Amino acid sequence: MGQQSPAIHTQNLCRHYQMGETVIPAVDNVSLTVAAGEFVALLGQSGSGKSSLLNLLAGLDRPSSGTVFVHGNDLARLSRQELARFRLRTVGMVFQSFNLIPSMTLLENVELPLRFAEVDRAQRETLCREALGRVGLSGRVDHRPVELSGGEQQRAALARALINRPDVLLADEPTGNLDSRTGIEIMNLIREFNESLAMTVVLVTHERAVAERYAERMIFLGDGKVVDDQVIENRDTEFANKDAR
Amino acid sequence: MRFYDVAELAVRNLRESVLRNSLTTIGISVGVASLVAMLSLGIGLQQLANRRLEKSGLFDTVIVTSRRDLRNFGREQEQSGATPAESPSLDEAARQQIEHIANVTEAYPDIRFVTELRYEDKPHLTMVAGLPFSSRNNEAFDEMAGTFFSSQDAPEAILQKSFAEQLLGKTSRGDANMKVPDLAKPLLGKEITLRYAERAATSPEPSGTADSGYSVVSRETKLKIVGICDVDPDSLRQQGRARVFVPLNLAQGLHVMQPSDLRDTTNMLGGKSTYTTVEVRVKNPKYVQDVEDTIKKMGFNTFSIVDATKNLRQFFAVLDLFLGIFGSLALAVASIGIVNTLVMAILERRREIGIMKAIGAGDTDVKSLFFAEAGVMGAFGGAVGVTLGWIIGRAINFGANIYLKRQHFPPEQIWFVPWWLGFAAIAFAVAVSLISGVYPAGRAARLDPVEALRYQ
Repeated sequence: MGQQSPAIHTQNLCRHYQMGETVIPAVDNVSLTVAAGEFVALLGQSGSGKSSLLNLLAGLDRPSSGTVFVHGNDLARLSRQELARFRLRTVGMVFQSFNLIPSMTLLENVELPLRFAEVDRAQRETLCREALGRVGLSGRVDHRPVELSGGEQQRAALARALINRPDVLLADEPTGNLDSRTGIEIMNLIREFNESLAMTVVLVTHERAVAERYAERMIFLGDGKVVDDQVIENRDTEFANKDAR
Repeated sequence: MRFYDVAELAVRNLRESVLRNSLTTIGISVGVASLVAMLSLGIGLQQLANRRLEKSGLFDTVIVTSRRDLRNFGREQEQSGATPAESPSLDEAARQQIEHIANVTEAYPDIRFVTELRYEDKPHLTMVAGLPFSSRNNEAFDEMAGTFFSSQDAPEAILQKSFAEQLLGKTSRGDANMKVPDLAKPLLGKEITLRYAERAATSPEPSGTADSGYSVVSRETKLKIVGICDVDPDSLRQQGRARVFVPLNLAQGLHVMQPSDLRDTTNMLGGKSTYTTVEVRVKNPKYVQDVEDTIKKMGFNTFSIVDATKNLRQFFAVLDLFLGIFGSLALAVASIGIVNTLVMAILERRREIGIMKAIGAGDTDVKSLFFAEAGVMGAFGGAVGVTLGWIIGRAINFGANIYLKRQHFPPEQIWFVPWWLGFAAIAFAVAVSLISGVYPAGRAARLDPVEALRYQ
């Protein structure tokens, strides 16, 4: 892994928000490196800067200072159009609240990134059905999100995040709105993709147990700073798989 | 995003807020309908005026005279071009040459003569004129009692109302309000006798010189009265208006002694007959000027009232402009509705925009989507508006014709939607909608995805 170029690299990364006369350092001098294919969990309490850091890594937000490189893209220097392209091709995002478009069916939701990527209509449907099949939703393609359980919605969101075969999956508390059993199913899926596709995963969670079960590394944030960075030596892969069964 | 994807998403988004988008679209439709109805009215009125003018034969006619004619002496146009002595004679060859000029439909000699007509053994002196067969389309005959000539040389006559009154001795009693049908009843089918002086050519001199001559013989022929017309078909002429009309070919065949005959004799034209005046009909009033110029170059004098049509066209251009501006006002109001609808849509779909940006939509994609929504509303509103405008126009036509009928006027099409206006109105509606979409689309594209995703 040490020989490979890192998937993510930040140097003195800051994101400060101005609230009246007060400056709030949501992300403060964060320097970290994530190797390609690595499964990293960002942990911390509410307001610790986990989601702000994830937004910076996703190219949804721009840093106040410092640098952030994701698969060779210097995100601070990319134009708005280049950032959109980066979000389309390089990263996939999964959110706590699923963020599916309620007026669209699952198939249409998953198809949306392919529309932005200008993939042919005929090819799109095949890819979407395939992706939804992989997350176990073959029979629900024409359902709207409101007709599905939370777990099914999150699986659909996962299918949408992965439809353009991104290099990095960024998951912002993907199990936060799910019961524990459904949460495990989703985490198993994420780890399966991490392993089978060698996809880098950055998982934001405030549940240490989840991080310990699935991640290879835990980065702890507090007040926007990295307060600890631990590699999990003995990840229990069997434990997770057992749960899923 | 590809065009059809943008269009498809736009339509499905519009379907999500059916009521609001329908109301906005109805606003556009009303705007377009008002624009179409106004412009169609302007176009219809212009066409009505053109039809009337074309039928009157006033604006598509060029009167051609010879510069040798003493009556033209001292006129302005004689100051340039051929002098009277150099100018050609207005004879049959010249008439045929004129008839072959581009956009000329016909050129015929003006044959008119003052003569005596006898009806029930009473003599009546009046001006008789030959009418070409094409005159049957003249508006003067629209309300004629009886029929037009049955053939190009039928021994038939059409009387002008005042002459019919004279024949029946009505004018002397001061009964000027008699209606044409009342006059026609006792006269139609009756015979009148036309007495005239025929110009009979004598045989050429045996010596073979160019000297020639003719004799004048008194003749008479019987004519059947076939029509009585109210309006004067000869209204272009200030003087010498005829009150009895006969088919032109018949008039030519009579070889009635013309004022030019005497001049031709003195000009020693070798016995060739010339015309005093040739009337030229042009396809459309807009060609009159060109035809006049060509005839002038041939060395003849011309006269037309083309300037009047120029002024008329200018008037309708201004009228159309104003009607268009008034019609567009409703569309301008509708465009504010589009801005409002799209701004509301941005507020409602803020989170959706955030999601789209998070999964890879660029500013251009978001902008295109809102533009497309505005464009679809414009196109749909435009199409409905054109249909609505067409229906309004039909209703106006229907109502106007009921009114005209009550006023004893013939029905008219005062409103007309040309196909290009339908397409132009839809295109205009789309353009206005797209312009209205500039601000909302720009605003949607500039949304910060992080902020948008936080929005509940």
